[in-house]
Amino acid sequence: MSEHHHKETFVTKYIFSQDHKMISKQFLITGIFMGIIGVFMSMLFRMQIAWPEKSFSIIEAFLGHHQTDGVMNPDIYLAIVTIHGTIMVFFVLTAGLSGTFSNLLIPLQIGARDMASGFLNMVSYWLFFLSSIIMVISLFVEAGPASAGWTVYPPLSALPQAIPGSGLGMTLWLVSMAIFIASSLIGSLNYIVTIFNLRTKGMKMTRLPLTMWAFFITAVIGVVSFPVLLSAALLLIFDRSFGTSFYLSDIFISGEVLHYQGGSPVLFEHLFWFLGHPEVYIVLLPALGITSEIISTNSRKPIFGYRAMIGSIMAIAFLSTIVWGHHMFVSGMNPFLGSVFTFTTLLIAIPSAVKAFNYITTLWKGNLQLNPAMLFSIGLVSTFVTGGLTGLVLGDSALDINVHDTYFVVAHFHLVMGVSAIFGMFAGVYHWFPKMYGRMMNKTLGYWHFWISIICAYGVFWPMHFIGLAGLPRRYYTNTNFPLFDDLADINVVITIFALIGGLAQIIFLANFFISIYRGEKATQNPWRSNTLEWTTPIEHVHGNWPGKIPEVHRWAYDYSKRVDPNDDDSDFLHGEDFVLQTTPLLDGEEPS
Amino acid sequence: MLALFYIFIVVAIGVSFWQITRIMNLRSSIATNKDNATQGKLALAFMAFLYGMMIYCLIFMNVIMLPESASIEGEHDDNLFDITFWLIGIVQFLMQFLIFYFTFKYRGREGQKAKFYADSHKLELIWTVTPAAVLVVLIGYGLWQWNNTMDLSDDKDAIVIEVYAQQFRWDARYAGEDNTLGYGNVNYIKGINTMGVDMTDKNALDDKHVTELYLPKGRKVHFKFRSQDVLHSAYMPHFRAQMNCVPGMVTQFGFTPKYTTEEMRQQSEVIEKTAGINKIRKEKGEDPYVFDYLLLCNKICGASHYNMQMKITVVEEEEYNKWIAEQPTLASVIK
Repeated sequence: MSEHHHKETFVTKYIFSQDHKMISKQFLITGIFMGIIGVFMSMLFRMQIAWPEKSFSIIEAFLGHHQTDGVMNPDIYLAIVTIHGTIMVFFVLTAGLSGTFSNLLIPLQIGARDMASGFLNMVSYWLFFLSSIIMVISLFVEAGPASAGWTVYPPLSALPQAIPGSGLGMTLWLVSMAIFIASSLIGSLNYIVTIFNLRTKGMKMTRLPLTMWAFFITAVIGVVSFPVLLSAALLLIFDRSFGTSFYLSDIFISGEVLHYQGGSPVLFEHLFWFLGHPEVYIVLLPALGITSEIISTNSRKPIFGYRAMIGSIMAIAFLSTIVWGHHMFVSGMNPFLGSVFTFTTLLIAIPSAVKAFNYITTLWKGNLQLNPAMLFSIGLVSTFVTGGLTGLVLGDSALDINVHDTYFVVAHFHLVMGVSAIFGMFAGVYHWFPKMYGRMMNKTLGYWHFWISIICAYGVFWPMHFIGLAGLPRRYYTNTNFPLFDDLADINVVITIFALIGGLAQIIFLANFFISIYRGEKATQNPWRSNTLEWTTPIEHVHGNWPGKIPEVHRWAYDYSKRVDPNDDDSDFLHGEDFVLQTTPLLDGEEPS
Repeated sequence: MLALFYIFIVVAIGVSFWQITRIMNLRSSIATNKDNATQGKLALAFMAFLYGMMIYCLIFMNVIMLPESASIEGEHDDNLFDITFWLIGIVQFLMQFLIFYFTFKYRGREGQKAKFYADSHKLELIWTVTPAAVLVVLIGYGLWQWNNTMDLSDDKDAIVIEVYAQQFRWDARYAGEDNTLGYGNVNYIKGINTMGVDMTDKNALDDKHVTELYLPKGRKVHFKFRSQDVLHSAYMPHFRAQMNCVPGMVTQFGFTPKYTTEEMRQQSEVIEKTAGINKIRKEKGEDPYVFDYLLLCNKICGASHYNMQMKITVVEEEEYNKWIAEQPTLASVIK
């Protein structure tokens, strides 16, 4: 890997690149495009929820035969909701977030020339690309894309008689997801192997930045849980195409009894949520890792409780694999199981609380550099707390009975994993943009982007809790058939207006991102005055990351504002500045932190 | 109105693009102390916005919420919910204060140095043990209530009712004199036997097929749920009751109605909510709404999922007895 004199063509450099930095950009750009589709869909269905009978030319223009006079049809409403969920959870917040930052940062922050297998890394991206293409193609299927909700519970997802989207649209969904899972698994294995084996001299596990810990544990959860979703999908394919009965039994539809005997949809729910719940943390942990790094750097302080942070990441990861049943309290499974899952679920509150308090303590008595990345990280802590707290309602099985599948749930998970994770992703983009493109993003636009986004995020999701508590079920095409919900209509209009503004505000980000690639201010080598290894590489990318030898690491990543006298806050900085690169050797008599 | 909306959007986009290109020409990327000062103040302003919105919603959206539980079992749900909600409400207000106040207070300034503070086992112990202690209470009460609700084993004199789901309607079957439901399976669906009841099963003969639920006040009702096609979920929000209907298996749930529909209509929260709804309906020229209990579908089940409901009426026991006696038995309907 050390000699790099082979000639790079356009194709090997920009398309079939095996360089982790290029692959990370490919993941990011693909993720952004999928994100545009996903957010746009949410704007469409929010318009339907707020103004159910109104005709919109935008709906007429985009939905073709799935609309009547500018009003979307009920089945395409469900399809749009389904695809919004699928795209945001998997394509944006899993591949877009993990794929981008794990690829960019793992080799750079541990001091490696590249991923353990550059080839597999390339395969991982192209499988992701292929699955994205198939998912997008499924939008153009005559009968519409998959419509059974992003959880694709059978029998609805198995029977085209039940909903038109369960025909070819669902087949493409399953094929796309199977490829996606393969991509994710290959990527995750690569991350794990790389972090285990390719750390530079001196980079002990206990000196890794928290980003690395987060990405590492995320990859482990992915490897543990994604295969289960793959098997769930395969069995669903068997049921759909080859007449097996894993999930189906005793079905009478369209005037006939189907042959399926002995299966159970509850089995699918178990398999799905065995991935589905860890998936929440696959989405969230990288964002928390990014945030840990950015909050520490911009507070000019060590992250508070480094070891407790690692411990809580591990605790969350472990617990995340034994709580899936809290999505199924009213599925008809044995109530005793519900008790067990309530217990394990609520335990997650403990490591989560530790993380939140540690972030806040890191801010305390800092010298906060309020860059856009920092603001997004602070925003993440805020939405993570707001969304996390309502988890105490949903995780308690007795309370879940009445809010299950209402808008209360929608508000909860959008704040705790949707908004939080996307804020983490934005924070990462603003922070590491100079590392990716050698230029800086504009801060003024960053500020506008942040404040509009967080105001709209709360404007959408805070009131949504209350319409959930009013008993409004999610995934209703319109609420006009229930006079009971007439007094929620105005609130839904307000929510939609916030959603539309928030969605359109992302144009600011897109403009800033794409213009800065070409016209942004030239970056200096270490613009945020950070400690970690990636800022010791040259601004111009070189294959192999460091032109000469890989630097050796002598300390942890968080020696910000270290003093001559550790007990005297007024004493001088030990190294003359408020940051110390990990590559700086310990001074004589310096205590490692 | 709509045209105005579109014009607004076009103008907004135009102005944004103009502004964006203008701002992009300002080549500044890293926060200065001046930025820190501005952003710190904005953090405070945002906190004010957040607090304002949270408090506004908590106060003024109270009226749209579900009224107190209409089932005896649900009383503890409401209790537990209140405890949980107060708790998370207080924590929410405190945490958001700390987050945004610290952002303001410790904004970067000339000559300010951050404190080097990497660890404190004491603090970490505090915020591990405190949530754990609180959780013991929530988990304990929650599990006790969960077992209360879900345990249907000792309700010998409960009324047994089957709730039957299909795309996109609800039906119900009362167990009749013997209070035992006859066997049902999709293979028996034929003609007017739409719920697939096995008419050779003698328990089925006195069963009664209805399309609206009548429940007596104060008697435990034991629901058995079936679905003939896809997953549905029988959601009865006023009773704090919900259970999925799963093809291929029978699921169950039970509760005891506490108020008749008539009593519920006289309840102050319901009167207030109904008044609010009727004000809106009057403006739109629609018929006034009268409160009724409902059973809604709460699991995505197809295109008309949004319109799958059944009325529930709770009455005094005598009235219920009268009503049930009037319903024809399956034996008399299905020949």
